[in-house]
Order: sequence, then C-alpha cells, then structure tokens
Amino acid sequence: MEPLTALQITTRIVIQLWPVWAALALQLGLSFAMQRRLGLYGRLFRSPMGISGLILVMIWVYAAIFAPLIITHDPLTQLSGMKHALPGSPLKAPEGLYPYYILGGDHLARDIFSRVVMGARDVLTIAPAATLVAFMTGITLGLPAGYFGGKLDTFLSFLANLVLAFPVILLFYLLVTPEIQVTGPEIPLWMGKVWRASIPNVMAAVLFLFPVIFLAILWNSRFHTDPKRRNIYLAITLTLGLWAWSGLALNADPLGVWAMKPNLLNVFVAVVFVSAPTVFRIVRGITLDLRARDYIAASQTRGESPWYIMLWEILPNARGPLIVDFCLRIGYTTILLGTLGFFGLGVSPESPDWGSTINAGRKLLSTFPHAAVVPAAALMSLVLGLNLLADALREESLKD
Amino acid sequence: MMRFLLRRLGVMALTALALTFVVFALTNLPPNLEKLARSEGSVRMTDESVLAWLEQNGHARPLVVRYGEWLGVAPGWTHTDDKGVTRGRCVEQGSTYCGLLQGNWGFSTVFKQPVATVLEEKLAATGWLMLWVMIVMVPISLLIGVLAGMREGSRTDRALSTVAIASSATPEYVSGVLLIAFLGTAGAGLSALAKDWGLISSGALLKGTSVSAMDAITFENFALPVATVALYGIGYIARMTRASMAEVMTAQYIRTARLKGLPFRAVVLRHALRNALIAPFTVIMLQFPWLLNGVVITETLFNYKGFGWTLVQAAGNNDIPLLLGCSVAAVLVVLITQMLSDLGYALLNPRIRLS
Repeated sequence: MEPLTALQITTRIVIQLWPVWAALALQLGLSFAMQRRLGLYGRLFRSPMGISGLILVMIWVYAAIFAPLIITHDPLTQLSGMKHALPGSPLKAPEGLYPYYILGGDHLARDIFSRVVMGARDVLTIAPAATLVAFMTGITLGLPAGYFGGKLDTFLSFLANLVLAFPVILLFYLLVTPEIQVTGPEIPLWMGKVWRASIPNVMAAVLFLFPVIFLAILWNSRFHTDPKRRNIYLAITLTLGLWAWSGLALNADPLGVWAMKPNLLNVFVAVVFVSAPTVFRIVRGITLDLRARDYIAASQTRGESPWYIMLWEILPNARGPLIVDFCLRIGYTTILLGTLGFFGLGVSPESPDWGSTINAGRKLLSTFPHAAVVPAAALMSLVLGLNLLADALREESLKD
Repeated sequence: MMRFLLRRLGVMALTALALTFVVFALTNLPPNLEKLARSEGSVRMTDESVLAWLEQNGHARPLVVRYGEWLGVAPGWTHTDDKGVTRGRCVEQGSTYCGLLQGNWGFSTVFKQPVATVLEEKLAATGWLMLWVMIVMVPISLLIGVLAGMREGSRTDRALSTVAIASSATPEYVSGVLLIAFLGTAGAGLSALAKDWGLISSGALLKGTSVSAMDAITFENFALPVATVALYGIGYIARMTRASMAEVMTAQYIRTARLKGLPFRAVVLRHALRNALIAPFTVIMLQFPWLLNGVVITETLFNYKGFGWTLVQAAGNNDIPLLLGCSVAAVLVVLITQMLSDLGYALLNPRIRLS
C-alpha cells in the first residue's frame, strides 16, 4: 500500500474524530439557541476569541471523553516494522487492524495518533482536578488571611512566598523522586493497611483535607441556624469526603473504590503544592479589597459569623477573577504536568501523557520530528484554547 | 525607606535560610545518603558497611548539625580511625568551620571539581543565554504591548493580543521542539524548503543543538535556544504592558494632552509611555525566576551546558553538594530580583517614592 498524502491524513483524522464534531455541533447549536439565558457562558459567544477558545478546549474535552471510539490502535501495542514510521505509513501486516498509522509511529512502534488522543484523557483528568484542589486550598487559607489579617496573614503569606521563591523544577526534582517515597515511618491503619508517612504522602494527606474542610465550613456557616439541614449536609460531605480522602491520600479505602497510584499521587501533590500559593495570593488580595465594602459592614452589623461573611458574601463577589484564573491555571497546570513529563518525572514511562511523549520523542528530534511535534502541538492547542477562553471571560465579565 | 529596606533584607535572609534548609533536608534523605555511600564506596557494600561509611564520613549525625556544618556555623566533623589518621570535613583547610559562609561549597561528585568552580563556569554560560534573551525579549515585548494597548480594541490590538496569548500558551519544551523541527532539522520543515530553493546546500538552516555555543556563540547555534526562552516571556510581558498601557490611555491627563492638540505620537511617546512602563518593569524583573525555569528546559533540550543543564545533572546523579550549590544560586537569583523589583517599583513610582 502507498503511504497517505498530507490531504488524506487530514481527512482521515477528521473522519476519525467524528464523535467530537457531533458533540461539538450539538453543544454549539444548543448554546447559540439559548445564548440569552446562559449568563456569562452565553456571552462568550459574542466574542470571536471566546468562541475559538471554547472550541479548542471542547475538542480536547470530547476527544478525551470519546477516546475509545476515536483511537485507531491500542496506545500500548507495538506493531512490528512500524518503529519511527512516518505519518500516513501503511501497516506491514494489517490483519483486521486499522490499515495506517495516521500520524506515524514512535520509538517503540506505537501509534502516535492513538497515544495523543489517549493522552488527552490523562491530561484532562489530572490538570483540572489538581487545579480544583489547589483552588480549594488557596481559598480556604486565603480568605481568613485577607479577612483577619494580623499574625495569621503574616505567617501564611511568608509560607506562600517561600514556596513561590522555590525554582519549580528544583522542587519537582526534590519531591518527585523514588527515594522520597520510601523515606518515613510506617504507620499501621485499619484492616491491616499500612501508610508510610513520607513527605509527599503527608503533603497529600494535608492538601486533600482542604476540599473537605472547605465544604464543611461552607455548609456549616450557611445553615447553622437550621441544624437539621446542616446536619444532613455535613454528614453527606464528611462521609463522602473522608471516604475519598482515606482512599486517595492514605491509599486505605476500606471499600477499595478510591485509589491513586503512588507515582500519580506524587505528581499530583507536586503540582497542587506549586499552584496553591498563587491562588492564595489572589484570594487574599481580593479579600483585602472587598473587606472594606459596605455590604460587608452591613453583614457584620447583622452579626453574621466571620466564615459566613467570607464564604457567602466575599467569595461570590470574587467569582469573576477566580473563574478567569481557574481557566488560566488549568492551562498552567497542563504546562507543569508537561514539564514533569519532559524531565522524565511524569506519571509513568508508559503513560501516553503529552509531556512524557514529548520527552520520549525529543531524543531523535532531528531525524524523526513527528513523534515529538504531534504531542507538542496538542499541548499548545489546549493551553491556547484555555488562555483564549480566560481572556474572553475576563473581557465579558468586565463589561457589566 | 531605610527601615523598609532592612525589613526586606531580614525577610529575605530568613527565606533563604528556610529554603536552603528544606533543600538540604530533601537532598540528604537516608536513601540518598545510602546511594551516595554505594557510589563513593563500593556498590556491593553490605548494609552494615554502608552505615559504617556514613558514620565515618560525618553523615550519621542529626540533620540540623549537618546543615549548620554545611552553612559554616557549626564545627566540621572529624573522624580518627584505628590507625590514628584523622580525617574530617575541614581538615584540609586547617580550620574548625568550613561551610558556605567561609566560601567552601563542597566537592561535586559528578564533575570531580569544587562546586564553586563548576557553578562559576556554568553560570557564566547561562549568563550569555540570559543576556541575549533579554536583548531579544524586552524590546519586542514592550513594542507589542505598547502598540496593542495604544488603541484598545482596534484591529492591531486584536491581532497582537492573539499573538501574545499564543506565545504565552507555548511552554519552552513545546516551542523548542517545534522550532527545532521547523528550522533545525535537515530534511524537514523550512530547512527542506530552503534546500529545494537552493538557499542552503546541505544540513539545516539553524543548529538544533548548542553544544558548540560553549566555545563560540554564533547566530547559527544560539538563535534557537534564545528564541525558545524569549518566546514564552514575550507573550507574558506583552500582555502586562498592553494592560498597563490601555489603562494609562484612559487617564484624564492623556485626554487633556489630546485635547490641547498634541499629535497622537507625541502623547504616546511623551505622556503615556513613562507611566505605562512602571508595571512591566516589575513584571520583567519577576520574570527572572520564570526564565530560570525556561533556561533549565531549554538547556536540557539544546544540550547547552549551562546552569540549568548542571542542575538537571546534579539532580539526576545524586550529586548532593552540587545540587545544594545550584539551589543556593537559584534561590539567591529569585530573592534578589524580587527585592530589586520592589525597589525599582518604589523608585519609578513617584507616589510611593515621595511618601
């Protein structure tokens, strides 16, 4: 069989991505129809930047969701004769398989196209989740620092600046090493499970607690006048939260539902640890600004508790910049994850995540550029989409 | 002003101490030391002889003591073996204290040279890279930012903003890979095109590695790394400049200047620019730590043996003294630039300077 031409390659990619186009068309159609009722999201459709950003991001989101439908080969299967195959190469022995490597093969003769699509899954689960945890940590600490000020603020700000003064790569090298995982006393837990108090594990235990604390305080401060409702909310939050926490942070879920591979946990914690101080600084700054507003004075006079004021008066009014920063930060987290992969500190050597793939491909960059260029372009387009989206959101939210 | 300065210096020293202690603790974890013992002693050491080696080489004492020793505020260890030979950290120097404060940075196990010598050489190499990055990055990004922010919402603004966003969305390892693929690879991208047109006879337009730049910097071997580091920064600084310029352009005194009949050029150059450049100045200074990040990636990618490359080597090869030295250098760079940006901001901004 002849290798495919550039046009044929493009056509095949477009055809292969059909679930993405279908979902995208459905979403855009519905959004356009209901544009006026969708608030900030609807207003995105007024700016070309917002639309293009949204489309770029959603392409990757849908690609990640429908990845099993899209891929042409198994991302880990190595086919003989396809090592460093150029884009559009036909298979040597296409027995019942997709007859081409659309975007070529990598140094282990695996299909690059399928790996990039599968990699989107890794990237798009870790990055938003890590950003979310970083946000909850930053908010839970930043609100009281800005609201109460004083010694608490000085201390927390010093800590945040300490982390920010660390060169990120050095921190990654120190935190994401195999040695650090085996250092620390072992603490026996329930059902014969043992938890090792190594530095990343302790950090995970602390950082993963913040979302639970955040939600618990959120419900408690809102519904403390209605104990029945509060107790229900708190019970649900604490049961679910601590259950997930025991599985994710301690790796000792009694039911075995929640679990995270040690390597992934390490990477996750490192990324959250680097991002949380920036969020803290933003939240603290906004809180300092909003604290002097009249409606805060009004609720103080009403006798509301400080946490109610912080979480239900200040936080909703700070949502604009926070949403924008959330978008930007997912992109930034994606970059950080890629950096980790680039230095070989990523999730696992086999993982198709983009950073690791770029790292694997860069060694033969001057002879076979396609193995690194494809994931590089993928990462760039996703981050570009997120940045465009953030910029459009900022502009639209400033308009009112 | 003086009190502010002293306070800042105090916080800086405290931060530096805390950071170096964290790095010291993390690099001196028991498994790291065990690895060190096996690489310095012998690979087939038994666990007991590893412990004995650590004991004899001063690694078996409390962490804080070892940190103090490394810093030079605690006396160095000494060990007298059965034959009556005394060895110790500071025996060669003939003093009790020999640490960072006495100018003793330790001995690199990878490069087999004193850490200070290695760092000096590598920092000089990185200095050249940084210098060229600054020369390229600062004027381009300020120009893009000012042109875009001058007339907010215009077509120029839209186009330049999109360029800035795109470049700040491209991390170094992506732009580096793309640049090498398009410009630095024989037979692919623009190089193949140039060959078809007869512009070059063989090879690539630019070099994809910068090994030769260690001896002599040429456009061919240095353009790609400089572009890689600069690209990410350009987008960021340009966006900041744009925002600051756009804000200044809406100020009352700009309107007054326009109304009194000054040409637009003069308003921008004489009235707006000065105020609009205060914010980007701090951003450019604060960009140094980020550049450090980019430098590590870029030097690794292009195999340019500077500071970043050394950091990766030290971290990858368990070279504890060198890694500590690298982190001291990195932390100092970060803290000093933070300080300078604060000072510069205070000096540039009359409202702060005069109060």
